[in-house]
Amino acid sequence: MNNDKENKVKLAFFLDLESAYKTLLRNKIRSFLTILGIIIGVGSVIATISIGQGASKAIQNSINSLGSNMLIVLPGSSSLGGIKSGFGVLPTLTLNDTYAIRKLPAVKTDSGNLGMNQQVVWRGNNWSTLVVGANSTFTEIRDWPVAKGTFFTHQQVVSAANVAVIGNTAATELFGLINPIGHIVIIHNVPFTVIGLLSVKGFNAFGQDQDDTVVIPITTMLEKIAGTTWVHAIAVSAKTSKDTSLAQSEITALLRQRHHIPLHKPDDFFVRNLTELAATANSSANTFTILLASIAAVSLLVGGIGIMNIMLVSVTERTKEIGIRMAIGAKKSDILKQFLIESSVLSLFGGILGIGLGFGISSAISAFSPLKTIVTTEPIIISLVFSLCVGIFFGFYPAYKASRMNPVEALRYE
Amino acid sequence: MDSYGKKNGNIPLIRLENIGMIYKIGDISYEVLKGINMTIEKGEFVSIMGASGSGKSTLMNILGCLDKPTSGSYFLEDRDVSGLTSDELAEIRNKKIGFVFQGFNLIQRLSIIENVMLPLYYSGLHSRDSEEMAVEALKLVDLSEKGNKFPNQISGGEQQRVAIARAIVNNAPIIMADEPTGNLDSVRGADVMNFFGKINAERGATIILVTHDRHIAGYGRRLVTVKDGMIISSETINI
Repeated sequence: MNNDKENKVKLAFFLDLESAYKTLLRNKIRSFLTILGIIIGVGSVIATISIGQGASKAIQNSINSLGSNMLIVLPGSSSLGGIKSGFGVLPTLTLNDTYAIRKLPAVKTDSGNLGMNQQVVWRGNNWSTLVVGANSTFTEIRDWPVAKGTFFTHQQVVSAANVAVIGNTAATELFGLINPIGHIVIIHNVPFTVIGLLSVKGFNAFGQDQDDTVVIPITTMLEKIAGTTWVHAIAVSAKTSKDTSLAQSEITALLRQRHHIPLHKPDDFFVRNLTELAATANSSANTFTILLASIAAVSLLVGGIGIMNIMLVSVTERTKEIGIRMAIGAKKSDILKQFLIESSVLSLFGGILGIGLGFGISSAISAFSPLKTIVTTEPIIISLVFSLCVGIFFGFYPAYKASRMNPVEALRYE
Repeated sequence: MDSYGKKNGNIPLIRLENIGMIYKIGDISYEVLKGINMTIEKGEFVSIMGASGSGKSTLMNILGCLDKPTSGSYFLEDRDVSGLTSDELAEIRNKKIGFVFQGFNLIQRLSIIENVMLPLYYSGLHSRDSEEMAVEALKLVDLSEKGNKFPNQISGGEQQRVAIARAIVNNAPIIMADEPTGNLDSVRGADVMNFFGKINAERGATIILVTHDRHIAGYGRRLVTVKDGMIISSETINI
């Protein structure tokens, strides 16, 4: 007369779970409203962390877009009569410094760098853009290949050739839809042949359009436009990301020697490690994420109080049932367990739905904003565990109250 | 009567010695039971009768280990249970006592068979055995086909029979019935009472029936009358 399913041996725990599940399903709307706090709490924790991780990834990417394993050597600050200027004021770095740095063991390659804003003219059009003098190693250091044409060679740098490689934004402004390669542009009254078009790089971390530029050989820049022998900066690419610190100390030692700086005098240059910069930026992004997530965690706490509230109501409502269960032999611990399982199932459900919500929010943000959010497993597991703990913690008092009922009084309750 | 206590050694199933119960509400205390002495042998069918306020419900609560007396001793199978903790009492209720209440007291959310299985669940049985025991108990009250139904899908008389099945499923030696026919018409009431008789006769279970209805009390073999917290008479009922 009984079907097979009924005869199946059930484990006690699953029986408890099933019973809790059935109980909660009887009051669907109430159960849902109870866990709404948890849903929103977990959802916002997941969403904020995914935003934070997306942001820190974006920072990482934009710092990487400057070039991989990059160090920047800047001229030092001057100190005249107690007044200190900023970095990059003293003319201390030369093109020969760059060639010396290139030979260091931890350094893969480098490029002298001198940038100036110049008016670039092509036929009737003109455009003010950042004209950068660089070595032929520029594309490698900046991870920035050409899209069309070619980049200038080391020979062209040595011979100070009048060639230019143009960034995408500058090309669009000057040439519109015309292919710029082969055309001649005028910079500072010097004609340059455009030999290449750089691929699109986008904005850097400071909101600057990196594509609004024209790159020419550093030698040409120094001799024909700037009229100087000092470079503004030397971009250095270390062999690996681990070598950046080593490269930093090698460069420092080398330049002190080349610039004949006595031991007691400070450096007349400054080496900035972009990998360190990235780490700093990342850690500040992380701090921000932790802050947001802890605010979100407060809503989880509020959700937990909601669970406690409803569990208290539920215990009162089911006083009679508790009395019946006690009369037929339920111990205090049985009653405690029953209500604890119920509140845990509730909050765990809330947690699962909250994860769904968090996923939804973060993919919506990815879809409708430039920020690409990243959902990782860590916050999911943490918030599941946390919501379970909330259920147990806030379910404990109501369950305890239920377990302490007097069976005679509980049975009399109508 | 082979199940009659005196033949199985001289230990009575239940022995109450000078049981007193005082409730305190604020500054006023009510003495509900005044020195109850009582012995119930194994296999008896005892009806406890009294008007409301006589203390019979309190007496039943103490006999059923739901409540502890303020004074006196309660020996259940020669074990003093008046000083036990609430968890120890719960275990005694689970193993030794089955309850049938006036309001049926089934858990609405659980199916009939699950209701019957509940005492077994609390004694730690969760397996096929417990289901077989529940099916057997339901067979005894002629409800073996209704196991998958829910309490609100069956009649009051049937619900009370489910409660009887739940009371006997653990093979408890004592069945306590508190006004078991109070919510039933006379036909269904008689039906339910016949099942108590059957359990008493066939299973040798001791039945303690609490009622204010003389006719229902007549189903028992001994009538104990309670008035003002005291037992005023205890007489054998002649059939």
